[in-house]
Amino acid sequence: MTSPRVLSLNALSKRFGSVVANDAVSLDLHRGEVLALLGENGAGKTTLMNMLFGHYMPDSGGIDVYENGQPQPLTLGHPQAALAAGIGMVHQHFALAENLTALDNISLGSEPLFALRRSRDRVRAKVQGIMDRSGLNAPLNVPVGHLSVGERQRVEILKALYHDARILVLDEPTAVLTPQEADALFDNIGAMTRDGLSVIFISHKLREVLAFSHRIAVLRHGVKVGEMVTADADERAIARMMVGADTPVTAREPMRPGAPVLTLADVTVTARSARDSLQNANLTVHAHEVLGIAGVSGNGQSALAGVISGLLRPTGGSISVDGRTIAHPDPLAMIGAGVGRIPEDRHHDGIVGSMSVAENMVIERLDDPQVQRHGLLNRDAIAQNGQALSQSYDVRGPGIESPARLLSGGNIQKLILARVFEQSPRLILANQPTRGLDMGAAAEVGRRLLAARARGAGVLLISEDLDEILGLADRIVVIHDGKLVEVATRDREEIGLKMAGEPA
Amino acid sequence: MIRIEPRNAPTRLLTLGVPVLSALVALALAAVPLAFAGADVAAAYGEMVNGVFGSVFAFSEMLTRATPLIFTGLAAALAFRARLWNIGAEGQLYLGAMAAVAIGAGAVDAPGIVLVPLIVVLGAAAGAAGMAVPTLLKTRFGADEVVTTLLLNFVILIFVQMMLEGALKDPMGLGWPQSAPILDQGMLPTLIERMRVHSGLVIALIAAGVAQFMLARSVWGFRLRAVGENAAAARHAGIRVNRTLFSVAVVSGGLAGLAGVSEVAGLKGYLTADLSPGFGYTGIVVAMLAGLSPAGVVIAALFIASVFVGADSMSRAIGVSSYLADLVVSMSLLCVLIGGFFARFKLVRSGRVAA
Repeated sequence: MTSPRVLSLNALSKRFGSVVANDAVSLDLHRGEVLALLGENGAGKTTLMNMLFGHYMPDSGGIDVYENGQPQPLTLGHPQAALAAGIGMVHQHFALAENLTALDNISLGSEPLFALRRSRDRVRAKVQGIMDRSGLNAPLNVPVGHLSVGERQRVEILKALYHDARILVLDEPTAVLTPQEADALFDNIGAMTRDGLSVIFISHKLREVLAFSHRIAVLRHGVKVGEMVTADADERAIARMMVGADTPVTAREPMRPGAPVLTLADVTVTARSARDSLQNANLTVHAHEVLGIAGVSGNGQSALAGVISGLLRPTGGSISVDGRTIAHPDPLAMIGAGVGRIPEDRHHDGIVGSMSVAENMVIERLDDPQVQRHGLLNRDAIAQNGQALSQSYDVRGPGIESPARLLSGGNIQKLILARVFEQSPRLILANQPTRGLDMGAAAEVGRRLLAARARGAGVLLISEDLDEILGLADRIVVIHDGKLVEVATRDREEIGLKMAGEPA
Repeated sequence: MIRIEPRNAPTRLLTLGVPVLSALVALALAAVPLAFAGADVAAAYGEMVNGVFGSVFAFSEMLTRATPLIFTGLAAALAFRARLWNIGAEGQLYLGAMAAVAIGAGAVDAPGIVLVPLIVVLGAAAGAAGMAVPTLLKTRFGADEVVTTLLLNFVILIFVQMMLEGALKDPMGLGWPQSAPILDQGMLPTLIERMRVHSGLVIALIAAGVAQFMLARSVWGFRLRAVGENAAAARHAGIRVNRTLFSVAVVSGGLAGLAGVSEVAGLKGYLTADLSPGFGYTGIVVAMLAGLSPAGVVIAALFIASVFVGADSMSRAIGVSSYLADLVVSMSLLCVLIGGFFARFKLVRSGRVAA
């Protein structure tokens, strides 16, 4: 790379208690470069970026930002300093005020607190300029709460660019995007890098890393284990570098589908916004079958998942599980009917963070005589169950009696899997089950779903990761604008067009 | 430069240490106004200790004062654990007291073995109803229970005053706004002869024990904790959130009602509009000091009661206003809130780290 350096991280180390999150990690970034930062969950990618952005204070090491070719040491531990040095970060979990418009979110924090008159026109003109140059488009006058995940992400990036970021860090930017949206995002990134922006993006997805980055750095257990120019890299080598071994491939045996386990007949959900609605949805999931729901986020997936998990009462239509119509769908009725639910937001809906791992493992079966007798908890049985499930599902953490929130994202998902699969559900609703998980954990989820299918369960897999759906699903239904359409093809392009609402 | 970082999990030492330290700091801070009042601080504190531990009578007075605080403290602690903000224990206390005199002051003439349980159960039921209504308004219409329970306190108090001038007024009371006394056999028996401490204390301690046990060991307690700590996940897991909140409301209101029963049927014998010097509100401080743990409520109630009784004795002995007690109580709430912050976060010194 001949272009000048803009950033160098010098031997950054960070420990959390006894855990070494980063051990002397050094990294260089050049002007106009896209650097992919790869690694499994817990490899230390996010910690490294949080030190760069001043959220964490490194235990040792330093950061230089280059100003006209001269290295300037960055004041560590101060997000303000990082911002001033032109470093912008877009986190996996967006930091946007939902009740403010996109425009206000973008200018938030850059205006003087006691300005007499807000120069909105100037802000708008600057944002419009950035949108025109980069191709990133987002509706500016709509409250962020009404925007899709993809749009919110663009608002976050616009916000960073509005603050004159020269270095942009994206933490798993495509986790929530369709292939086309992801491709568009990388196109935009391409346009921006030609303008001189340098980008670091954190990802698990090898395909996009290989397609869009210039250089790749791989972290494992807090140590940088490899760095290479993307043109010379191949998928297998990187995967091996990330996990330290060849990745297991999930093999999907062909299977003859059995009787229907879930039937939605003309299910309609009327909501204020189209993204939470469902229009006359008809759907059948059979035993021994994985049905994949592909779609751009915010096209009715949450309504569909809400109905099947019992959280949302449909305004019309009927739901039957195993041939029996559910008269009053609520979470208890759905659990009782044999529906296992893996929620989209595992922190918010999946666990009670301050309750113990063991308690979270029985939270869906409090009426089970194994868990309670005469209204009193059977604590021995709960502990034994927790111990057994932690072992068979490899839930790692500080112990079954410690609060579930202390587990990492991957281990929280394993806790939920254990809770769901242990009840041998007839139908499994898996809503974005691998979002934010590393390759190893994601492969484990896929294996478990296929094992349930082999056992005779039906699986409804809602995912925005088309690769995941192509890998796991027997049939694919595209959801767009609250409507379901089954597709016969397995061609990425064609499915992608359907997801975008184009008639094929 | 100092930064604030969250702690992973508050240690046991911190959870226990913060309230104890808060109480001590609040007592120490009270020395400042004491000194300004021109009192000999050491003598004043000595008098306070003496006023609580100086004699069996002094100690029994402290226990008498702690009894309603245990009830209202439990009422607040259980509700707050479920994130149900019951600020209305004061009003529910009066509802319980009103039910106690309505039944006990002659309306039902039965032997004590029938009358006492009847008074206790109906008093608790009245308090429970007082919390059930705002909770239904919350779950049905989304009315903020902080506002409704708080304002109901004043509505109920005025209602009590109306009743004391009307239906419940003692015909033998020489025109004073007070109810007729509860029949002798309807009174909760005293525990020690010639002292005021009564069996309401026993009921309070049993209630605390049962609450502690139910919270940790029962399915009801599991549901309560799950709803309080993450209602969305509880709902997703099939727990009926509104039903759980309603059951918590009934228990919380019932406990507050028992505070009123115990004051009327254990101590005063009749109802006046100044029955409670704010036991309902002080119960919130007790619950916060206790870290919302029922067992802790007992200890916190004993502490707060000691402060009140000790301050009374101090004011009698050296003429310092007993309002000092209110000062200590409010400062211990502030201290425990500040202390709670330090239990959840740690301060980290930061600066440039040498490479």
